[in-house]
Order: sequence, then structure tokens, then C-alpha cells
Amino acid sequence: MNTKKLIGNIVRYGLYALVIIFFIWAIQNQYFNNIFSQSSTFIVLLTQHIQLVLVSSILAVAISVPAGIIITRQRFRRAEWLVSNTVNFGQTIPSLAVLALMISILGIGFKTAVFALFIYSLLPIYRNTVAGIDSIDEDLIDAAKGMGMKPSQILFRIELPNAAYSILAGIRTAVVLNIGTAALAYVVGGGGLGVWIFTGIQLFDNGYLISGAVPVTLMAIMADYILRGVEHIVVPKGTRRSQSAET
Amino acid sequence: MITFDHTTKTYEGGVTAVNNVDFTVEEGSIVVLLGPSGCGKTTLLRMVNRLESITDGRIIIDGQNSMELNQIELRRKIGYVIQSNGLFPNMTIEENVMIVPDLLGWSKKEKRDRFHTLMELIGLNPKEYRKRYPHELSGGQQQRIGVVRALAADPPVMLMDEPFGALDPIIREKIQEEFLQIQREVKKTILFVSHDIDEAIKMADKIVLLRGGEIMQFDTPSEMLAHPKNDFVVQFFGKDRAIRSLSLHTVKDLQDNIGLVDFDETIHDTKTININQDLRNTLSMLMNQEADQVIVTDNNDHKLGAVTIDLVQKYLHFEIKGKPAASQKG
Repeated sequence: MNTKKLIGNIVRYGLYALVIIFFIWAIQNQYFNNIFSQSSTFIVLLTQHIQLVLVSSILAVAISVPAGIIITRQRFRRAEWLVSNTVNFGQTIPSLAVLALMISILGIGFKTAVFALFIYSLLPIYRNTVAGIDSIDEDLIDAAKGMGMKPSQILFRIELPNAAYSILAGIRTAVVLNIGTAALAYVVGGGGLGVWIFTGIQLFDNGYLISGAVPVTLMAIMADYILRGVEHIVVPKGTRRSQSAET
Repeated sequence: MITFDHTTKTYEGGVTAVNNVDFTVEEGSIVVLLGPSGCGKTTLLRMVNRLESITDGRIIIDGQNSMELNQIELRRKIGYVIQSNGLFPNMTIEENVMIVPDLLGWSKKEKRDRFHTLMELIGLNPKEYRKRYPHELSGGQQQRIGVVRALAADPPVMLMDEPFGALDPIIREKIQEEFLQIQREVKKTILFVSHDIDEAIKMADKIVLLRGGEIMQFDTPSEMLAHPKNDFVVQFFGKDRAIRSLSLHTVKDLQDNIGLVDFDETIHDTKTININQDLRNTLSMLMNQEADQVIVTDNNDHKLGAVTIDLVQKYLHFEIKGKPAASQKG
């Protein structure tokens, strides 16, 4: 246990050191200058990026969580393979291909990028919703039924609170992935910080590249942190320990 | 009161789980459904609160046909305890216990008062446990909470599906005692599933022995042990059923019926046994040869006499086997 902790700490601090070295290197070479010299452009790109992520994620949550809930109802169980395979299929197509396909249907721009990101977020959220609800002990549902809870009461008082950890973990995964993938929106003219990243790649200009990539990274880390905080508030206390013990 | 009237359950494939079952659970008594696994005991229990459907026949609960009642309301009026306690991990102990009162729309104060009463019934401090979560409790405590949860809205009828089956033997025995104590106070009409013969003998006012969905015998534990109706009953209770039946009788029964022998003051290696101890434990003590003499004491530690293996045997012979005592006396 102690050696494990030690190794963990060494790896962690090693990583921190690497990050600090990277920042020193980047600052010395004035790679972050674009953020300050073109701050109005930066803010526009940042806003676009956040919009892309927010709109696509909210849509994905609004579709996949209810889909996961409906498919775990006994009546709709039979359709599970159909829905699961469809959602799986969305994930297996390469993201660039999804973007390219969407151009031919929706044309170029924000909408296309949002749609592609949306498709991409469906699977992790849907999967975790279903897995979370399925992982609830049958006996709990049996006890709830036996005590005279209505199906809606079972859903809101037993199933969703006990699956909350898993569902939120799915949403977190999807949002963090989304922040990274949203950089590709540039390819379909969707804007976002991908504009600077791709400019940097094309011009071999580290300044553009880093001014675009570092904020995206920080955004992903922040989103992860915030959503963990949300998890802490939403997930019922009693289920928290058992969940962390399992994983 | 629960009455089973030609109750039958057939699954879609034509498999009959419960076949033409007829018996009554009297008001305030415990009937144990006993049998090997797959005998339909759990199915039969779950048919009462309609977690399983009834194919044929009726189940009448307190004079009303269960099929004519609203399913949700019916279940709220029946306490339900399952083996794995079924406590909800997302709720505190108080929330768990107060689920049915909450569903029935009790006021906050009513719920708080009831929670206090119930926790005191099982000897747990209500203030200490109110805000705790199920995973913070031991298995025995969780199961106790499971039992009082079923009692929460004071339902007249309770269904218990191997409620103590997952506990270790020592805790199980303790909780069984505790539950019988509670039952003496609350006098619920209880249907209890078990696969444990000793548990059934201990808990039951009457036992329903099932095989393949059919009743093999419906009788009091002592009747069933003394007069098994058929070969299956004999086989199920095993060759040691005479010894098992001793657990239904206490030293006091023995004293009342055939009397104790005088104890010998000159023997120093003695052990004492309380008069309310059951005869099975008494016999074990005698057989273990823990002492040269076993002296019976009452609750005030007065020595009443001694008990011997011969006496237990005699008692078994006359009282339990029901052989006429007169012709044997010598």
C-alpha cells in the first residue's frame, strides 16, 4: 500500500514538474503572446469553443439520459440491442468522417460542428446511464415494489439516485472528450480554438499552436474538476463510499 | 388473517410452481413455509403481495380477495422483509425505515415519533442512527432495520422471505429471539419463508411443508415432528427429528410432567441450568459430560433438582411420542 502511494506520488510530482518546465519554456519563447496581442480574437474563439461544447453536450444529455432510462424499463428492454448498436455505431465512425459527412448534409458552419460533437457524446452518456441503472441490485427494486412504490417513485427515489454516480461520470467523460474534439470544428468552419491550433500546424508557428492548445487543455481540466464537484453535490452520500470502493 | 383458497400458479411454459394450496394463517400467528429449494415457497409468499400473479384460486387477506384490491395500496398494507435486507443505500436509516409512512403521507412529527418507537423496539439509539447510512451498519443491524422498516406503518400482515438467512448462526439466533419478543408485543399475522428446519421449529406456530408446489403437511411443529404424515416429511426432518423436537420443550415442561430427581449434595462437579432452557440444549449439556451432575435452577437461582439423560428420554417417550405413560410406568 505504501510503496503504491510512493510510486503514485513520484509519478504525480514528475508530471507536475514536466508541466512547469513546459510553461517556462513556452513563456520564455513568448508563445502565449497571441492571447494578449490578439485578445479580442482570442475571446471570440474561446466563446465559440465553449458554445460548441455546451450546446452539443446539453443536447446529448437531453437525449441519452432519457433514452437510457426508457430502455431500462421492462417494456422497452427488447429494443435495447437496437438502440445500443445505433449509438455504438455513432462512436465507431472516425470523428473527421462524421464531420465530413455532416458537411454534405448541413453544409459548413457551427451547426455541423455541434451535430458531430453531439453524436460523439451520445455513447458515453447513454452507456453509463444504462450501466448505472442495471448495476442496481435487483433486490432493492424488489423491496421497493413490495413496499408499494409506484414505478415513477422507484425511478426517482431509488434508481436515479443510485445510478447518479455512473450517469454523472458518463457526462463528465463526454464533456471532457468534447472539449478536445471541438478543436476539429475548425475543419468544418465551426470556429473555436481549433482555428489557432490548425493555423499553428499549417504555419509551423508554435505561438499560435500553444495559444490555442493550452487553453483547450486547461478548459478540459477545469471542466473535469467542476463536474467532479457537481458529482459530490448530486450523488447521495450513502452511495458514494460503496461506489468508490467498487472502482 | 391470510387464507389461501385453492391457490395455484402456473408459469407460461406450463410449469406449476404452486399447486392447489389451501391453508390459513391465523390472526397474530406465524406460519413458516418450509421446504427444499424450488418447492415454491418464495413464489407462494410473493403471490400474497402480488409480486407474482395468481393463476387460479384466491388469496384472502383480512376478508378481502387480494385480486380485488389496488395493488399499490395492498402492498403498503403488508410489511415485506427480504433476505438481503433491501435497504436503500442512498437513503439514511430514518428515511429507509419511514418509506411506507412517507408513501402514505404521514406528517413529519408522526414519522419522527414512530421512528423513535421502532428503534427502541430493536434496542438501537434513534438519535445515533438517524442520519447514518446502511453501509455504516453491521449485517445484523441492517437486518434489524429491515425488519422494523416492514413494521413502520403498523401493517396487520407481514411477509418475511428468509429474513435471517444471510446472517451468521450466532447473530441469527439472537435476532430470532429478539423478533419473537417483538412479535409477542405486536402480534402480527406473519408468513415466513425458511429452508432452515431449526429456524422453522423455533419461529413457527404452524409449519407448511412444501414439495413441488404442493403441501406435504400443515401442522404445528411438534405435531409434524411427532406425527409426520408421509415419507417425505420423515425424510425432510431427518433421523434426528426426535432431538429437534426437544427444542420445543423446556426443562419446566419436564418438571411439570414427570418431575426432576433430587440432587446429590455430595457431588461437587456440578453445573446449573435455567428452568426455561430448552431440552435440546439440556440434552447436549448432559451428553457432553461437562459435569457429573446438572442442577436445575429457577430465575432466582434456587436449586430445584437435577436432570439426567434418563429423565429426558422418559419425557421424550411419554410426552412427545405420546405413548401412554401408565402402561410404561414401572
